[in-house]
Amino acid sequence: METQPNLPTEPPVNSQKTAHPKSPSLWLDALQRLVKSKTSFIGLCLILLLILTAIFAPLIATHEPTSQDIINRYQAPSSEHWLGTDELGRDIFSRIVYGTRISIQIGVIAVGISAIVGIFLGCVAGYFGRWLDLIIMRFIDILMAFPSILLAIALVTVMGPSLRNAMIAVGLVGIPQFARIVRSTVLSVKETEYIEAARSIGAKNGKILFSHVLPNCMAPIIVQATLSIGTAILDAAGLSFLGLGAEPSIPEWGAMLSDGRAALQTSPWVVTFPGLAILLVVLGFNLLGDGLRDALDPKMKQ
Amino acid sequence: MFSYIIKRILMLIPVLIGVSILTFSLIHLIPGDPAKSMLGEKANEAQLEALRAEMGLNDPLYSQYGTYVAKILQGDLGESVQSKESIATEVADRLPATIELALFAMVLAIIVGVLAGVIAAVKQYSWFDNISMTGALFGVSMPIFWLGLMMIWLFSVQLNILPASGRLSNDIQLGLITNFYLIDSILTLNWPAFKDAFLHLLMPGIALGTIPMAIIARMTRSSMLEVMKQDYIRTANAKGLASYLVIFQHALKNAFLPVLTVIGLQFGLLLGGAVLTETIFSWPGIGRYVLNAVLGRDYPVVQSTILIIAAIFVIVNLVTDLLYKFFDPRIKYD
Repeated sequence: METQPNLPTEPPVNSQKTAHPKSPSLWLDALQRLVKSKTSFIGLCLILLLILTAIFAPLIATHEPTSQDIINRYQAPSSEHWLGTDELGRDIFSRIVYGTRISIQIGVIAVGISAIVGIFLGCVAGYFGRWLDLIIMRFIDILMAFPSILLAIALVTVMGPSLRNAMIAVGLVGIPQFARIVRSTVLSVKETEYIEAARSIGAKNGKILFSHVLPNCMAPIIVQATLSIGTAILDAAGLSFLGLGAEPSIPEWGAMLSDGRAALQTSPWVVTFPGLAILLVVLGFNLLGDGLRDALDPKMKQ
Repeated sequence: MFSYIIKRILMLIPVLIGVSILTFSLIHLIPGDPAKSMLGEKANEAQLEALRAEMGLNDPLYSQYGTYVAKILQGDLGESVQSKESIATEVADRLPATIELALFAMVLAIIVGVLAGVIAAVKQYSWFDNISMTGALFGVSMPIFWLGLMMIWLFSVQLNILPASGRLSNDIQLGLITNFYLIDSILTLNWPAFKDAFLHLLMPGIALGTIPMAIIARMTRSSMLEVMKQDYIRTANAKGLASYLVIFQHALKNAFLPVLTVIGLQFGLLLGGAVLTETIFSWPGIGRYVLNAVLGRDYPVVQSTILIIAAIFVIVNLVTDLLYKFFDPRIKYD
């Protein structure tokens, strides 16, 4: 190696002191921007409220969610029953509180299915290309030819109506969104120089895909997952409302709405509050998803 | 343009074949004997065998699929297990109701959504922008079945100004020509029927149109904001063009393209959402038909209606793509 002895050499210094102020990582930077945004902060608060309610449900609920009290059926909201009672005298507030657990379960399981399968298909299609891409993407096109709730209904028809099957159906229906987003991100990431470098030092496809390509696709995946949780909760509630999801005894918000329909004229509170709960939770995930999209988008960086 | 249309139509064929395979598989994916599942546990062996023979369930799968496709191409969708009627006839009776509702909801969503989006973009950060975009955020998150119930409670139960169910009041007579009630009432110059059909459409149309309306409003706003930054808009303003001309002729014309794609995609959402909306408003369309078939395990009806809805959705997306090409001739197909 050539040396340049004539050049004045700088004294060795503590590298930490002279280093440029370290720029925050993508994630830290995104988190700062996320918290600064008013709407995403509201979304974050709504989701935290949902999670805390689910964790502390037994402490927050004023009654057992399934205990019936026929004499006190269709009671209007009062100090005893904050949001009234339903057709079997069950306390609506307590059922909504316990319903948060079901909503989280739906969100995690359904979006988990969509994400795992979708990411796998998207990675394989985008990274390996050629006939694998062709087959996978045509399959995705076919799935996307069905309106999502209708495909979910078709799948529940095959599997039989239950909350578990509704979650699986909603999860399967969400696969195309993940597959398409991951594929397009993989297509751009795999052309980058660091992937070429990894390949040139002899890294195997699996290693490149999971250690280098996938971590760089995380931003759009996280945004999609957040938005998908809201959609999954909405679709699963829709299925339960149609009688294709949770059984009536389970405090699932869509099923509660379905039960309360018959008493809409006389006891509107039976449908009002579970619906509001769905709206607020889905709103929370949509606000956070929108905020995350802006926060993780380098173009939005000031 | 012509070769683009041909290529785009050719691309549909594998998708439609895939859709037909998926809907065909529906019956065969059901665990256990589909005939027993359809007729119930009480059915005797002779009845089960008769249904299996009638539906060709004893034939090899490839032959069943061949027959299924051949029949579809001839317009034969089979028979309903429950009503024993031809599914094609039953669908033809119900489809106009769903399409009328979906189109009404879509027109509502486009008019309100595009207008709100344009005003919000032009008056960025104004009170209108804040209120309409907050409303759009709620709209995107709306459980439409709940919104439908709340509207029934307010407008039908409390205020008694809108009908809660059906397509037409019992005391109104209407001669049917196309089965689209608004069109039929115009064709027969039956204005009381037009008003009645319109009032019946209003609540289900709003419920169904809420989510697309919100999405269109958000999309129009962001697309307009993008376009309004362009040099040609500054030029148009600088040469003293009236602001409404700048907004609608120069900006919206260019901002509309991404909105158009959203509109095409939302149509599928409307067809799916029709199942929920039709259930709430007792709307005699294909959505309620498919739900009753699911609950009654009438699998041939489920199979056929889902196939038809998917085919409509695919064709709507094709039309959207062609319109896109029409509006923006720069688009290349590869």
